[in-house]
Amino acid sequence: MAVGEKIASMDRLLNVITVASLLLIGLVLTSVRREHIRVEYSVSWLLAGLALLVLSLWRNLDEKLAVALGVPDLTIALLTISGVVFLGVLFAFSLRISQLKDSSIKLAQRVAILEFRLETLNEQISLNKLVERMDEKIKTPTAG
Amino acid sequence: MVLIPAYNEEGAVASVVEEVRAAVSDAAILVVDDSSEDDTVQEARRSGASILALPHHLGLGGCVQAGYRLAFELGFDYVIRVDGDGQHDPNDIPAILTALQQEGCEMVIGSRFLDGSGARNSPMRSGRFRALGIALFRFILRPILGRSVSDPTSGFVGVNRKALDLFSGTFPLEYPEIEALVVLQRRRFRFMEVPCHIRTRRTGRSSINAVKSLYFPVHVLLGVFVNVLLFPGSRIWRLGRK
Repeated sequence: MAVGEKIASMDRLLNVITVASLLLIGLVLTSVRREHIRVEYSVSWLLAGLALLVLSLWRNLDEKLAVALGVPDLTIALLTISGVVFLGVLFAFSLRISQLKDSSIKLAQRVAILEFRLETLNEQISLNKLVERMDEKIKTPTAG
Repeated sequence: MVLIPAYNEEGAVASVVEEVRAAVSDAAILVVDDSSEDDTVQEARRSGASILALPHHLGLGGCVQAGYRLAFELGFDYVIRVDGDGQHDPNDIPAILTALQQEGCEMVIGSRFLDGSGARNSPMRSGRFRALGIALFRFILRPILGRSVSDPTSGFVGVNRKALDLFSGTFPLEYPEIEALVVLQRRRFRFMEVPCHIRTRRTGRSSINAVKSLYFPVHVLLGVFVNVLLFPGSRIWRLGRK
């Protein structure tokens, strides 16, 4: 590929990443405003979107990062960095989902156990009332 | 207590409860319903069992652990788990209970592959792929457990109060049988196997379908190694605490 073509394709990729990161940021902000995503869970995505936006707009930084990573091709370096950013976000969410699942299981088990105990208690109370009524009937027999 | 985890077992759960009652008439019977979509709860209630109804589907491990938690809180000394699909023969319950009481071990496994003399039968009769899986798990578990186990995937198990205490706090959530063995071993708890009979399920299908049968060994092996590495007392666990 000629140098000119390479630069043009790099520019296209950077433009695509700029548009994608702006879309991501817009989507996250809209979702937060509509309360589809809680603010604390939007932060990771906003940071990822901002990181990609900075990388796509600041070509000098990309080139420095490519040199630091030892990757000769700027495109590969950019895609690698994007991949790492998203892996980081996904890992953060996996941790959060695991914590939530543990809490959800404990909560469901506790609810079930409390319902069981409540039901048992209600049965016991009904039984006690029945016994009390029968005792009263025995103690005060109706006339005739 | 006899614990019967059930998920969509309306066709079998009532007869399992009745069979359990016939086999061990003085035992409390608890059906843990894992948020079934059919009439499992109604059928279990009709048969006279106590019901622990989970508010949403947790999977087998979460379902069994809920039962263990309740049994522990209610002060039961022994809990024997019998599957709600009718595959386990309740007539084997007394043998498991006797072993728990007399041998003093924390868990007793009802093994399909032991005969009365203690000799092993081949798992081939349970299907080629399943047999291969069981052979693999036997091979991997032997050095971890320090002894052989003939039926590591059996869900027909009895536990004493010490194991109940442990499992109330920590219990594997998916495909729990094999990981539970490792959890027990890491705490230096003892287990033994007694022969039991397995029957064909009366209704429903196994939860392990074609896709899951590929995922199952990977998941279980990972769970086993995580338990081996991270049990309290291991070097990695101690490093994490520093």
